[in-house]
Amino acid sequence: MVLFFFAYFALASIASGVMTVSLKNPVHCGLALLALLLHVSGLFIILNAEFLWAVQVIVYAGAILVLYLFVLMLMNLKTDDRYFHSSYLYFLAPAVIGSLYVLALLIRSPFGGAKGDAPAEAVLRDGDTHAVGIKMFSEYLLQFEIIGVFLLGAVIGAIVLAKTPKPANKERKA
Amino acid sequence: MVPLNAYVAVSAVLFITGLLGVVIRRNFIIVLMSVEIMLNAANINLVAFSYYLESMAGQLVALFIIAIAAGEAAIGLAIIIVVFRGKISTNVDEMNLLKW
Repeated sequence: MVLFFFAYFALASIASGVMTVSLKNPVHCGLALLALLLHVSGLFIILNAEFLWAVQVIVYAGAILVLYLFVLMLMNLKTDDRYFHSSYLYFLAPAVIGSLYVLALLIRSPFGGAKGDAPAEAVLRDGDTHAVGIKMFSEYLLQFEIIGVFLLGAVIGAIVLAKTPKPANKERKA
Repeated sequence: MVPLNAYVAVSAVLFITGLLGVVIRRNFIIVLMSVEIMLNAANINLVAFSYYLESMAGQLVALFIIAIAAGEAAIGLAIIIVVFRGKISTNVDEMNLLKW
């Protein structure tokens, strides 16, 4: 059962990722990106990460994607006939060959290592949100604060960049 | 039981797709969307390793990556609006405002 759901979410996310890159109309690309984000959040559910599932749906699909679609509608772009770079064929073949090689290496390699302190039973007992919260506000508090300052800087930067520029400075001209 | 290699393979395929999108697309907004695909691929990897190695650190880093993606989208779209206001095309091969 888990295998079936994994196969569905994996194949659907790869297909929608390819559609995001290859479709012509930018709005269709945005909707394909929405499908990709939702299917990736399905993978998070399989991996016992319910809190990340919620964050993915709320923040990614709810906020970031709406921002993209909003800007797309605002600018009302007309799609050019040539929506790839002129020399994209030079990139395509080496990328496919190289990624097949990397894929073969990844599938064959054994991944392992020291186990941490959060086995699946311990996570499932109190829920993933509890585990994430305990870890974040004990060991990762500094990183959490840094992310807060970063988001503040991003908000101020976006406002400064996107506000209407003032007409030329009159005192200096006079 | 799905092996860890399957998650890593899915993540690698998505990452390559996003990288190709960054390289070959001309529309700047689609390039930003491809960057989001790459960040999602990294998130899949982090959460899968967090599950199989039984540690919460991967999920926390994935959470921070989502926050950084939000900031990146806000700043990138603001830059696109500034460029578009100057009546300049938003195709990445025609934007040469900083070139001299």
